Amino acid sequence: MLAEKYAERIEKAFAKYPDKRSAVMPLLYIAQEEYGWVSPQAIDEVASLCDLDPTQVKSIAGFYTMYSEKPKGKYWLHVCTDLACALRGADEFYEALKTYLGAEDGEMTEDGLFTIEHVMCLGACDRAPMMQCNFRFYENLDIDKAKALIDQWRAEAKQTK
Amino acid sequence: MTTQYILLREKEIPDIREFDVYVKNGGYEALKKAVSMKPAEVIEIVKASNLRGRGGAGFPTGVKWGFIPQNEPIKYVVVNADESETGTFKDRQIMENNPHQLIEGAMIAAWAIQATAVYIYLRGEYWDIAHDLDKRIEDARQAGFVGENVLGTGWSCMMYTHLGAGAYICGEESALLESLEGKLGQPRVRPPFPAQKGGGLYGEPTVVNNVETLANVPWIITHGAEAYKQIGTEQSAGTKIFCVSGHVEKPGNYELPLGVTFQELIFEHAGGIPNGKQIKAILPSGGSGPIVPATDEVLDMPLTYEDMVKVGTILGSASIIVMDETVDITWVASKITKFFKHESCGKCTPCREGTYWLDKVLDRILAGKGTPQDIELIDNVAKNMQGATLCALGDFAANPIIYTIKNFPDDFKKHVMPKEEDKPVPAKAGAKPAARRGVQAAASAGD
Repeated sequence: MLAEKYAERIEKAFAKYPDKRSAVMPLLYIAQEEYGWVSPQAIDEVASLCDLDPTQVKSIAGFYTMYSEKPKGKYWLHVCTDLACALRGADEFYEALKTYLGAEDGEMTEDGLFTIEHVMCLGACDRAPMMQCNFRFYENLDIDKAKALIDQWRAEAKQTK
Repeated sequence: MTTQYILLREKEIPDIREFDVYVKNGGYEALKKAVSMKPAEVIEIVKASNLRGRGGAGFPTGVKWGFIPQNEPIKYVVVNADESETGTFKDRQIMENNPHQLIEGAMIAAWAIQATAVYIYLRGEYWDIAHDLDKRIEDARQAGFVGENVLGTGWSCMMYTHLGAGAYICGEESALLESLEGKLGQPRVRPPFPAQKGGGLYGEPTVVNNVETLANVPWIITHGAEAYKQIGTEQSAGTKIFCVSGHVEKPGNYELPLGVTFQELIFEHAGGIPNGKQIKAILPSGGSGPIVPATDEVLDMPLTYEDMVKVGTILGSASIIVMDETVDITWVASKITKFFKHESCGKCTPCREGTYWLDKVLDRILAGKGTPQDIELIDNVAKNMQGATLCALGDFAANPIIYTIKNFPDDFKKHVMPKEEDKPVPAKAGAKPAARRGVQAAASAGD
């Protein structure tokens, strides 16, 4: 249960706002961290914490793209293919990365390690091609650098298994 | 044109992000000065400085602050750090490298309207930046610049970060407020405006300012409105961070006085166009402003709020995307349209349905299956979206269609013409880096 495990963080989130409802977004992040995605269980727990109806929380989770409504890989890759990045080769970079992972846009790799998605501008246009992995920036990439990162994350995941 | 760094001060003081270094270099002196003045005096200084909102709209900051009713007990400052416009990456650099200046600027704004709390709304992807900012705010709080009884004045004002979760629309101020309240990020019907009772955060009067706007404020308080107006032009005072991306040698943020020309910015500061190519087109305000051909007239036009209008575009957030002669502008229209289709919040029908159909027809044109009527069709759809939505996103989404067709008709025609007429499109008037006129001459030509 989130309420016990993350009591301190949840309390801190509530303390920021005069209205409990405002904590729905930070709490959804906590839930996603715990369950790997905003599962029905996650939605119910967040709803009860914020005194909201699960339907309301579900609509929030669906509206914002950084909440995943389906299980995703341990490493969630977001590649910007927007105009400014595309002018610097992001489309080709994304194609090559999908091929290397063996996954299509929005898919998870068979081993459950990676989910790859193309996204809109991430504010790193001067450092394209770029991606985020679990919301962390990796910039000034080319496909070889990206492959090396993938290999590194694969190795890390193997070790922690 | 050289600049004195008002914002990107890490260029001169690399560790300015650290609290001690910031304080050693005059940090928080402006806040001390501000709280020694009456709030109304602070507003007057900012008004007199001609500081205009750097988020894109260019609205006079002091005037915005002046809209806040004084007698309401609860008021808010909300910092718009949702920076999501295609091609924009300036607020990120301020928050990463000079965060205390934002904190100080936001606290001065808070004093000016006697706010009870400041919320910094960052886009979710700025996850690490938000967590770093939390630590910086804590440093400032411990030193008495934020929180209970600020600098012994008896005035208390907390400051918090709030992370969005991937929605461009939350950069629109009323959608941002909705999101901060834990709702879907969709624009509100106005009036009431955020500054009014009933229109702001939790219904309380609220000032929403962009990161870059607020980061200017400490300098203005320290040096005065007159000194600030000495920089830039009469109607566009101060420096601006120009985000330059796309086909340039050195993409990045350049802080320069307003009034610098594209010519200087692109060819001197950003190193010109790579691989010996000619410049073809410029998007001065990311995906949302009108695209312009890189003619000599455009290249020599001062980058100011007032002058960009003369060449049919806007300064906006100054997110300058540069395209060389190899770029197919129909593809550009499609890319931007996909952006807005994805980012339309779905509340207003013209935007939600319009972006969907524009994208569909553009895909058809790019696949070589379009007709000349398709070009008229998308132009018509886009024009019917204009002015028909609650927020500016509907207008933004229309721009990439209307102005790409208007300014680069041949790029569209070649996709829908029979093969024998499919001639290569000559590049628009290219830039001649050597033939650059002085900035002074260009500036006066624009007057």
